[in-house]
Amino acid sequence: MNIYVLLKRTFDTEEKISISNGRIEDDGAEFIINPYDEYAVEEAINLRDAHGGEVTVVTIGEEDAEKQLRTALAMGADKAVLINTEDDLEEGDQFTTVKILEAFFEDKEADIILGGNVAIDEASGQVGPRLAERLNMPCVTTITSIDIDGSDVQIERDVEGDVEKVETTLPLIVTCQQGLNEPRYPSLPGIMKAKKKPLEELEIDDLDLDEDEVEPKTKTIEIFLPPEKQAGKVLEGETDDQVKELVSLLKTEAKVL
Amino acid sequence: MSKKVLVIGEAREGTLRNVTFEAIAAANIISDGGEVVGVLCGSDSLEDMGKEMIYYGADRVITVANEELKTYTSDGYGQAVLSVIDDETPEGIVMGHTSIGKDLTPKLASRLESGLISDATEVVAEGGRIVFTRPIYSGKAFEKKEITEGLTFATIRPNNIPAAARDEGRAGEVTEKSVDVQNIRTIIKEVIRKSTDGVDLSEAKVVIAGGRGVKSAEGFEPLEELAELLGGTVGASRGACDAGYCDYSLQIGQTGKVITPDLYIACGISGAIQHLAGMSNSKVIVAINKDPEANIFNVADYGIVGDLFDVLPKLIEEIKQMKVNA
Ligand SMILES: Cc1cc2nc3c(=O)[nH]c(=O)nc-3n(C[C@H](O)[C@H](O)[C@H](O)COP(=O)(O)OP(=O)(O)OC[C@H]3O[C@@H](n4cnc5c(N)ncnc54)[C@H](O)[C@@H]3O)c2cc1C
Ligand SMILES: Cc1cc2nc3c(=O)[nH]c(=O)nc-3n(C[C@H](O)[C@H](O)[C@H](O)COP(=O)(O)OP(=O)(O)OC[C@H]3O[C@@H](n4cnc5c(N)ncnc54)[C@H](O)[C@@H]3O)c2cc1C
Repeated sequence: MNIYVLLKRTFDTEEKISISNGRIEDDGAEFIINPYDEYAVEEAINLRDAHGGEVTVVTIGEEDAEKQLRTALAMGADKAVLINTEDDLEEGDQFTTVKILEAFFEDKEADIILGGNVAIDEASGQVGPRLAERLNMPCVTTITSIDIDGSDVQIERDVEGDVEKVETTLPLIVTCQQGLNEPRYPSLPGIMKAKKKPLEELEIDDLDLDEDEVEPKTKTIEIFLPPEKQAGKVLEGETDDQVKELVSLLKTEAKVL
Repeated sequence: MSKKVLVIGEAREGTLRNVTFEAIAAANIISDGGEVVGVLCGSDSLEDMGKEMIYYGADRVITVANEELKTYTSDGYGQAVLSVIDDETPEGIVMGHTSIGKDLTPKLASRLESGLISDATEVVAEGGRIVFTRPIYSGKAFEKKEITEGLTFATIRPNNIPAAARDEGRAGEVTEKSVDVQNIRTIIKEVIRKSTDGVDLSEAKVVIAGGRGVKSAEGFEPLEELAELLGGTVGASRGACDAGYCDYSLQIGQTGKVITPDLYIACGISGAIQHLAGMSNSKVIVAINKDPEANIFNVADYGIVGDLFDVLPKLIEEIKQMKVNA
């Protein structure tokens, strides 16, 4: 099977966020594989082990994203592709990203493309379904289990907590939800092997795209932090008194009772 | 510049979700005196729901009824809505950022080669442009965005943009359109319902949420009692769901539902970032946790350090007292 994973390098949102020059400050911040994409990598490896074939991990980003790609290779993916936009593009949005991915996948004959349900930084959740539409593939979002038999695919997906059982066929795009699997940690031999696995670097030029074609449709005007919340009031005294005070505060100060 | 804006409505158990009315309000801001046109897909008569959309501010509504649209599929709804878009050539589209909205709108935007702003919590008209605010980085920051070219297309987070007051005096046409829905590539074999009837968690004004600290399914009983007393509903952390104390349909957070109630009471929840991503926008947050260092206290307006099984019964009594006195 020809298996692809869409991987985004994301800011670890466990980190404290600050803003400088109108952007999220990323100096010294921790970057990770988007957690939902880890589920995608894990599932891709399992599908390959069960059905044969090859797992290729693809990311659009800058040079630094090589680290996350190497981690995916260390987990067990076979190949990685970094579409590096650093020198060519200043701005981009989901339209841009998908336009680039569409060009990349044009000649790939992918059987299945796995992505994350959402990226924890920008969090639009658009990339998977947008790409499916461009590639004219069916798309199943937020999957929690997948079973492939020939070209028939049985999927369970999470719909606001309900479980929907879906039947579809390859080629297919899915987006992964928490609960699909437990991503493995890269093993030491895995990390050693990953250093020698192929990591191809492309630019939009190599995909026959020029800047105009990928111009974003949206613009970020401003990034800001939520208004500093007044330090919460931790109530004191005996439980009875705390409860009385809470009810009174909810009624008179917060006005929610 | 006035615009024609479509609102894709969404029903749950036969009634329109409140976020549909909020989407109409957002569409009215975008349309700037233009026309707001509702779209409804389903398998039965949608006339009454169409009228409801008009009472909440739509100018007219187009319904597409077809056996194939009984349950949502992205192919089925995609074809139906695209066909309406073809007829109407709107300049804007708004829908709720719900499970269906998240699945359908990127597909439409991609087909229409348009931008899409997902999960907006605010929409304002500012000097001739429409500015959307949306949370990013798990709610730790916000961004203001606009669409620079083509359709003004957005999904909105439930419970953030106030709906207009219902006005039965409003009149408008509800017309039926027939669409030949075919070639659905993802067949839904079965839906295992986990969600219970009653208040929709993402639209509830009061949510009493329990975490691993609730310790068992029975442990949720005082939470349920309090929720009922306050006309709200019960929610949970991933920890409580994974432990089997409650169902995943109650899960709040990045993986679960994103909610913005007026009052959120977290009981025995530590406050992991993935949980906060789903509730930190709540208007008032109360935390009850026996660990004074728990992260949830960092986002709480009011905190009680204590055992929830000690605090909750007392809180229930106190609120009952308050109601008696009122
Ligand atoms: C040239 C360029 C410039 C950009 N400039 C900015 C900027 O200045 N500020 C800014 O905030 N954002 C910028 N972006 C990123 C862009 O705004 C979105 O973050 C990106 O389109 C993904 O959207 P999302 O984060 O909402 O992902 P979602 O749609 O939530 O992601 C869902 C899934 O799609 C896949 N996916 C998402 N992104 C990628 C990727 N890059 N590569 C491979 N797979 C992916 C993953 O599987 C992910 O789990 C730029 C993008 C490009 C291409
Ligand atoms: C990709 C990803 C996505 C995730 N998505 C979500 C999500 O959507 N939603 C979510 O909630 N989590 C999510 N998580 C999990 C999250 O990281 C936490 O593990 C989870 O939220 C913890 O749940 P908890 O607070 O109930 O449990 P714990 O962290 O175990 O906290 C239990 C708390 O209860 C307190 N407590 C114990 N007994 C009592 C008592 N008697 N009285 C008062 N307090 C008591 C303890 O002091 C403690 O603070 C996600 C994780 C990942 C990796």
